[in-house]
Amino acid sequence: MAEPLTIRALRPPRAYVRLAWTWCRALAQYPTSLVLLTVFVSLGALTEMSGVLIVFGHAGELAGFGVHEGLLVYGLSATAFGCADMLMGSVERLGRHIRSGAFDTMLIRPVPTLVLLATDQFTPRRLGKVVPAAGALAVALVACDVDWTPARVLALPALLVSATALCCAVWVAGACVQFVLPEAHVAANSLTYGGQALTEYPLAVYGREVVRSVTFVVPLAFVSWQPALFLLGRPDPTGLPDALRFAPPVAAVLMCSVAALCWRAGLRRYRSTGS
Amino acid sequence: MRVHRAVFARGLRRYSTYRAATVAHVLTNAVFGVINATVLLALFAARPEINGYDARDAVTQVFVAQALLGVSAVMGPPLDLEDRVRNGAVAIDLLRPVSLQTWWLADDLGRAAFQLVFRSVPTFGVGVLLFDLRYPDGLLGWAAVLVSFVLVAVVAFALRYLYALAGFWLTDTRGVWAAAGLLGPVAAGTLLPLALFPTTVGDVLRLLPWASMIQIPAEILLGKDTLPGGSVVGGLALQVFWAVVLLALGALATSRATRRVVVQGG
Amino acid sequence: MTANHPPIVEAVGLGRDFVLREGPFLRRRKRTVSAVRDVTLSVQPGEIVGYLGPNGAGKSSTMKMLTGILTPSSGRVRVTGLEPSRERTRLASRIGVVFGQRTTLWWDLPLRDSLGLTRHMYRVPAADHARRLAELTDLLELGPFLATPVRQLSLGQRMRGDLTAALLHGPRLLVLDEPTIGLDVVSKSAIREFLLRLNAEEGTTILLTTHDLGDVERLCRRVVVIDHGRLAYDGDLPGLRASVPTPRVLVVDLAAPAPPIEVPGGRCVRVEGPRQWVELSANPASVISEVTQRHDVADLTLREPDIEHVVAALYRGAVPSRD
Repeated sequence: MAEPLTIRALRPPRAYVRLAWTWCRALAQYPTSLVLLTVFVSLGALTEMSGVLIVFGHAGELAGFGVHEGLLVYGLSATAFGCADMLMGSVERLGRHIRSGAFDTMLIRPVPTLVLLATDQFTPRRLGKVVPAAGALAVALVACDVDWTPARVLALPALLVSATALCCAVWVAGACVQFVLPEAHVAANSLTYGGQALTEYPLAVYGREVVRSVTFVVPLAFVSWQPALFLLGRPDPTGLPDALRFAPPVAAVLMCSVAALCWRAGLRRYRSTGS
Repeated sequence: MRVHRAVFARGLRRYSTYRAATVAHVLTNAVFGVINATVLLALFAARPEINGYDARDAVTQVFVAQALLGVSAVMGPPLDLEDRVRNGAVAIDLLRPVSLQTWWLADDLGRAAFQLVFRSVPTFGVGVLLFDLRYPDGLLGWAAVLVSFVLVAVVAFALRYLYALAGFWLTDTRGVWAAAGLLGPVAAGTLLPLALFPTTVGDVLRLLPWASMIQIPAEILLGKDTLPGGSVVGGLALQVFWAVVLLALGALATSRATRRVVVQGG
Repeated sequence: MTANHPPIVEAVGLGRDFVLREGPFLRRRKRTVSAVRDVTLSVQPGEIVGYLGPNGAGKSSTMKMLTGILTPSSGRVRVTGLEPSRERTRLASRIGVVFGQRTTLWWDLPLRDSLGLTRHMYRVPAADHARRLAELTDLLELGPFLATPVRQLSLGQRMRGDLTAALLHGPRLLVLDEPTIGLDVVSKSAIREFLLRLNAEEGTTILLTTHDLGDVERLCRRVVVIDHGRLAYDGDLPGLRASVPTPRVLVVDLAAPAPPIEVPGGRCVRVEGPRQWVELSANPASVISEVTQRHDVADLTLREPDIEHVVAALYRGAVPSRD
């Protein structure tokens, strides 16, 4: 098969888009249900956001972050996790697919299994999470005193893409636990949803040890904390070097590689134990 | 009654087989507890008292909320009955000589009993180990908390029973849980103690059934005077009120549903 | 089907071990079990092969290895010239797989959308898809339920939908795992006729596992039996029957429950109320006349040994007896 590498590399994303689109079209046959569900999801996201606002409203300032800076951190985190949930959230059903045997039927398809798993029951209602989060981010970016240098303008999309990739990787790595313990999928929630809850607030709130471990062990600090420090041009109050704020793409690549290794190892294990 | 005891035991046993899942749940609840508690500690460091809550009250409520997530099932799981309504198997259940509602009540109380012992206790234990929590006054205080937690299980069932029966009248019940699963926890006081909400909002939410699953038991444990009537007894009375009202609504819905099944043949 | 065609399936010394962990937590011990041992098998293009064996014999493990879901622990296997475990994704577009007990269709989608999804996965050009779907819709009479969500289909309709999904990309090999399980007589026969036609007209090779003697008799010119992970028989159906002398059974419905029937040439093997099963070792006619003379008989049926029994007997016979 002498196909150019570019075509082969583009095949999984294209398959992803096509499969996701087919699911959307199928769901569009029940428009009321889809709209209602999307509204509920947005309401959920808004209540979460109001939680953050309530906390900042009472405290005035947390770790030197006022309400607008806090909203910026929240917006970055919720946008990245929301996008990741939309793109990769379905992988958390891995254990259920393994138990029902549906995972076997995914393995006999000529499409990468991860693409099949991630697009399974793809639903646009998860946009209900992304849109309010992106709105909050936009408001925060305007309200905060950001010095919009060309570098910051250019960096913003790169930061968002890196953060989303990082969150996708967290999701996939979390799901891989289910290759070993299909019952324990909830444990992955402490990484995925827990990661989101953690990064919704300025990390300095949690103290030095937590900041260090989510910088160097599970690099969640690069989802919202370091990007916020970069956009606001602030030094790290926990004393980590400023150079780290340029590292989100590196962290994303590293985390994606770890997730890919986990996935391959998990798949290999599954295919040699049949369970 | 013997049937119900057997169904209760079955519910208990069924959950006890998911050991790995239980450990995973406790882990997740503990992680969320630590995250929420740390944020609230930072908040109360800035303002030592908000609407009668101090840092210790808030952190205690965080762990009560996490500990009760299993018993109250505010974020799910739905009753298995919901599937049976969707696929029509409920018609068989309705023909049994035992009432549908008490059958599933017994089953769900079995589930809740397991969750109370193997999820609530260890999750709260993590809070006890890591944070400075507030405890009830004396034996009587603990007894009130236990009664309150049992009432949580009853309210949790009664509410989810109504969600499940909604399947008789709605073609797509996913919306019920999309709404209940996202808004229920907030209204219950899981996201933040209701005391931190704007006073009017907090006061209204306190009176709704969801609060009787997290906020009210937490206030009973803390001995707060924000409870209805200003006392623990008032809090318990509110829980009993919701348990009775929701069970009665469930009974009404059951008879309507039965008539529907009989008339339409499923 | 000339000899210079490479085989569609070629397995040599194929084996799969599983490691089981047993006993209570902490004192758990590991034990290795061989689900499939040393299976050597070759299927030529255009064949219909029935793969039989009792539950747990290693049938589905073999099927999983042939489709690339399971990696073999020993031996080698090639399917349409590819090594399944390494080239699973490429192999997937050359074969079609149907699991009788679970659907490969999407539960919540109308059948037509499910098939559309399949088209994107297999990258079938739209025109080819439309033509092939029209053909299969016609042959399998899918028309009335193409717009129905899969979860609302009857088992027979679902199976026809699954077959269509597995065939839309024109695979050279069709792997069927219990395709007629749970179906009614009419659906069964429709599926069998369709498979025969597919095999005759398009030369599609078919490999199926089944517990249904009707499937085997109607479809399979060749039968492969596996038991305890080993190949126990590979040949045609008459040969299989001849290889093991399995007695026919006379089912007797007595007017009233009675002690087990004792007649020359017959041995009672089972009693259930007034119904008794008598294994025949002599001419049925003589046994029947003996039974009717001695007992008050309400009804009689003569049963051919079903395939389960033939297979079971085959395995018992394959093990050297010690007495």
